[in-house]
Amino acid sequence: MKIDCKHVWDHISDYIDGDVEPMLRAEIDRHLEHCEICSAVMDSTRNVVVLMADERIFEIPRGYSERLHERLQEVLNEPRV
Amino acid sequence: MTPQPSMSAEATAQIIAKILAGEKHLFHDLIRPLERAVFVMLFSLLRNETDAEDAAQEAFIKVYRNLHNFRGDAKFSTWVISIARNEGLGLLRKRSSRPEEPLEPDLDGEAPKGDFTPAMLTDWREVPLEALERKELRECLCRAILNLPPIYRDVVQLRDIDEMDVQETADVLGITAGSVKVRLHRARTMLQKELVPLLKSFATPKRGLFGRRV
Repeated sequence: MKIDCKHVWDHISDYIDGDVEPMLRAEIDRHLEHCEICSAVMDSTRNVVVLMADERIFEIPRGYSERLHERLQEVLNEPRV
Repeated sequence: MTPQPSMSAEATAQIIAKILAGEKHLFHDLIRPLERAVFVMLFSLLRNETDAEDAAQEAFIKVYRNLHNFRGDAKFSTWVISIARNEGLGLLRKRSSRPEEPLEPDLDGEAPKGDFTPAMLTDWREVPLEALERKELRECLCRAILNLPPIYRDVVQLRDIDEMDVQETADVLGITAGSVKVRLHRARTMLQKELVPLLKSFATPKRGLFGRRV
């Protein structure tokens, strides 16, 4: 089985997640070895996925945790119904 | 960001049993690992920090009041995120002046409307995590995620930001694991396409001949 670029793009996400069959994975790897466009597409997509997982992307408002636990404490202090 | 990095299902069950038996103060520790994920999920839904914070408080109060209903057949983190998401969706519905983003039909099986071809390039220089110290880069990524159509933003939120697995994501969203994968694939391709031209300026400089930066 020989696969083309379009076929590789269809599997980028599953490939990054390690969720492709070994046979297909080997085919994709072989394709990536000689196709610089697909390698760059794969590398850049993986890079985007890694960056998105970083906690710094979304800032939490200062004092969020303190205010949350204060509010919860008020509820915890209520007698059980 | 892993919602519950260190607490095993057994440890969670034990703490919940103690809270229900009267050691209420332990509730603070129980939810601490989840407070960030809940805020971020609500912020991406409501797009407003104050609303997200208020909704997070309400969601955790609901978690506390319904703790006796948690059965342990789902992961505690999945259960909490689902409660928070419902809280956020409820608020969206109530916003009459700012109408809810239209819920998109389930497009997974049909020919996709959007263009899901990645941005083509022949060379990629990695953007290292240290580059996230730069505010412009953080804003760039944040904007791209928030601008995704809701059905794609949801899966990115749960899979790539909260790092839930495919099945947990499917459970929270009430869709199949297959749909999660399809949507995630499209979302990642859309993000790659939008971000790659912008990210180039944050990439590691390439070493030229004799180690010079080019």
